[in-house]
Order: sequence, then C-alpha cells, then structure tokens
Amino acid sequence: MKDFNYHSAKDSKEASKLASSSSAFLAGGMTTIPSMKLGLATYKDLIDIKNIKKLSGIKVSGKSVTIGAATKHVEVSNSKDVKKAIPSLSSLAEGIGDPQVRNRGTIGGSIANNDPSADYPSACIALNATIHTNERKIEAAKFFKGMFETALKKGELIEAIEFQIPEKSSYQKHPNPASRYAIVGVYVAKHKGDVNVAVTGAKSCVYNDKEMSKALTGNFSSSSIDGMDLDSSEMNSDMHASADFRASLVVTQAKKAVDAC
Amino acid sequence: MGKISLEVNGRKVEKEAPDNTLLSTFLREHLQLTGTHIGCDTSQCGACVVHVDGNSLKSCTALAADVNGSKVTTIEGLETNGKMHPMQEAFKKLHGLQCGFCTPGMVMSAVDLLQKNKKPSDTEIRDWLEGNICRCTGYQNIVAAVKEAATKM
Repeated sequence: MKDFNYHSAKDSKEASKLASSSSAFLAGGMTTIPSMKLGLATYKDLIDIKNIKKLSGIKVSGKSVTIGAATKHVEVSNSKDVKKAIPSLSSLAEGIGDPQVRNRGTIGGSIANNDPSADYPSACIALNATIHTNERKIEAAKFFKGMFETALKKGELIEAIEFQIPEKSSYQKHPNPASRYAIVGVYVAKHKGDVNVAVTGAKSCVYNDKEMSKALTGNFSSSSIDGMDLDSSEMNSDMHASADFRASLVVTQAKKAVDAC
Repeated sequence: MGKISLEVNGRKVEKEAPDNTLLSTFLREHLQLTGTHIGCDTSQCGACVVHVDGNSLKSCTALAADVNGSKVTTIEGLETNGKMHPMQEAFKKLHGLQCGFCTPGMVMSAVDLLQKNKKPSDTEIRDWLEGNICRCTGYQNIVAAVKEAATKM
C-alpha cells in the first residue's frame, strides 16, 4: 500500500477542512483499505472520522429512524429500536459481509461508496431516505448517481441517514455465495399511498423499479408482479449471472419480499 | 510516521510506525507476534482475526493508526500460565485443525462468538464463521470444537 498521511478528525468541521482533491474519509475502512491495498485507489491523506461522536448513534422518532454515518452494521442489526421500527433494515444489516466486517463497516461508508451490489443503497431508496451531510440534505433518489458515484462534493461529509418508517417492508437478497454481495437484492417498502421496489446488484447503480412499484401500488400482492418480463438490456452480465437471469431474479426476489411483508 | 500505543495481550506497547502500517503488519513485524496469520490479505479468509476492544476484526483490513489506544488480543494472548484456552483445547481434542494455517483466526472468531452467545446452535456457529475459510480440515470438526468449548467456557 502506498504511503499516505493519517489524520483523526475530532469534528465534522475539522474533517472537512482537512479534505482535498487527494484525500478520503476513513470510517470502517472495509472498502477503502482493500481498494488502497490493491492499488485501485491512492490518497495523500486519509481522514479518520470514526472518533467524531456526533456521527454515531441511532434515533427513532414517530415517523423516522435516523442513523449516524459512522454507526456500524452490528449496531444497526443489534438495535432493539431499529428492530421494532423497521425490522427489514435490521436484518439487512445482519446480512452484510461477515461478523468481522459488520464489527467495523459503517452505514455512511457503504452509501458514500455506492457499490452497485451494496445492500444499504437499496434501503435508502425504498425507505425514502434523506442523507444529511455537513452542508445540506439530499433525497436518496437524487443521491445515487451511478456506479460508485454519488451527489457528494469534495469535502462533503455524510453525518446521518434518516429513513422513513414504512407500513411494511422486506429486503430479499440473492447473495454471491463467496463475497456475500447481492447478485440481486430487492427492498420492497409499502408506504402510505405508494410502494417502492428498490433493486441493487442488477444494474450499474441502485434504482427504483417503476413498473413493479406501479403494479404493487395498485394491488399489494405478489400475484400482481408474477411473471413480469423486465427489460434486461441495462442489467449486469458476468460469470455469476447473465442479464436475463438477473431480470428474472429481480422479479423472484421482489415476490419473496412482498410475501414476507 | 506516528506513534502507535496499544495494549496487546495485557502488555502496553508504544512504537513508531508509518501511517500506512496495517494492524496485521504491526503485530507480526513490529511486535513479532506471528501467531496472527496473513492468508488472502484481501479480508476474505479470516486467518488474521484478532480482538480489538473485545470485538473480532480482520487485522489485515485495519490500520494500526486507526485502532490506536485500543486493547488488542491475539492468539498468543489466549493462554493462561502456559495452559491452553478451552477453545484451543477443544480444537486439539476434536481435530479442528489439520495444517493449522486458518486456526488462529478460527479460534479468535469462535472465542468472540462465545463471548456474545454462550450456547450457539450449529447454524449460529456456521453463520458466525462465515468470514473464516478452512481449506483442509473442513468445517465439521471445527463446529464440533466450538460446541465443545461452549460447554467449558
């Protein structure tokens, strides 16, 4: 791994002041460190943000669950408050990586990285999340821009993610047996008035499937999306799954999610 | 360069190390604690698992700098007065190892599991050891060893 300067920031202000065009924020490091070891990313400065107290913790109000950016996956999966308010979010966290990854990895790191197969971005889309940064609030629908790309600007730090509590929800993923990343993951959330069907792993970026969402808003039953033939032209195709197989998996996982609600 | 201060296996250590030093490198090359193994070096195999402030983590995927000030336990820290830890005893008794390469990580992960779940089921043990890969013994005897250790801890 190439050399860099390590800094530990005491608050968001200091973290953002230290940031430059050749720096990265370090939270759990579960992606940043492996990427740097493989030479896929190099930075002159790593700014550790996990000692900023304000960035950790879970708050539940009547309508929403707000999770600090540096909150670890294990804290989300073990939280009684999250389990009660949005059980599907707690089980999503429990399904990320392995116990050692969950002991370190953070929710803010996951969404800032926006891996096309990551789990949390689908939760943000399905649960109409608002991403709170040190500068502004961003709706999830406008946050995820493309493969490993987000609306974050240089030096902009995610502070918390606010999820809307749905009436019902479920996340169903078909994991890669080795990496545990989603080959396809579908997060279905039924809100008052509409249904979101957020899909990860299938395309270059997480998205809300409008066709399924419309069908399920009309009739919230797996029969209303049964046999739906999704357009696979933009879907990923690799050694694990062809685009057509992914298109079919999206429907299967969505049906499972609806049935589990 | 920065100063790394840790408590490793109950002993306070303080050493200068370059900022890009991984915890696994710090333990093996700066402290000569070579019981922590490096297998894949890509955070998949789990041979490098140690405990930091009571939780297991993969030491090849943490910087020594970002665990600064923590309490670290490695496989060398499990024995008491020359007597093996019950988990180590169980692995030995039930043939939970063959070549032994993955064993330090397996044992450290398994000890963390029993700290959090005193009586895990087979499924819970297998789920927990998802991040630890063994390429020779297979997992039957490892699971049996963890169950045996659960009766002794």
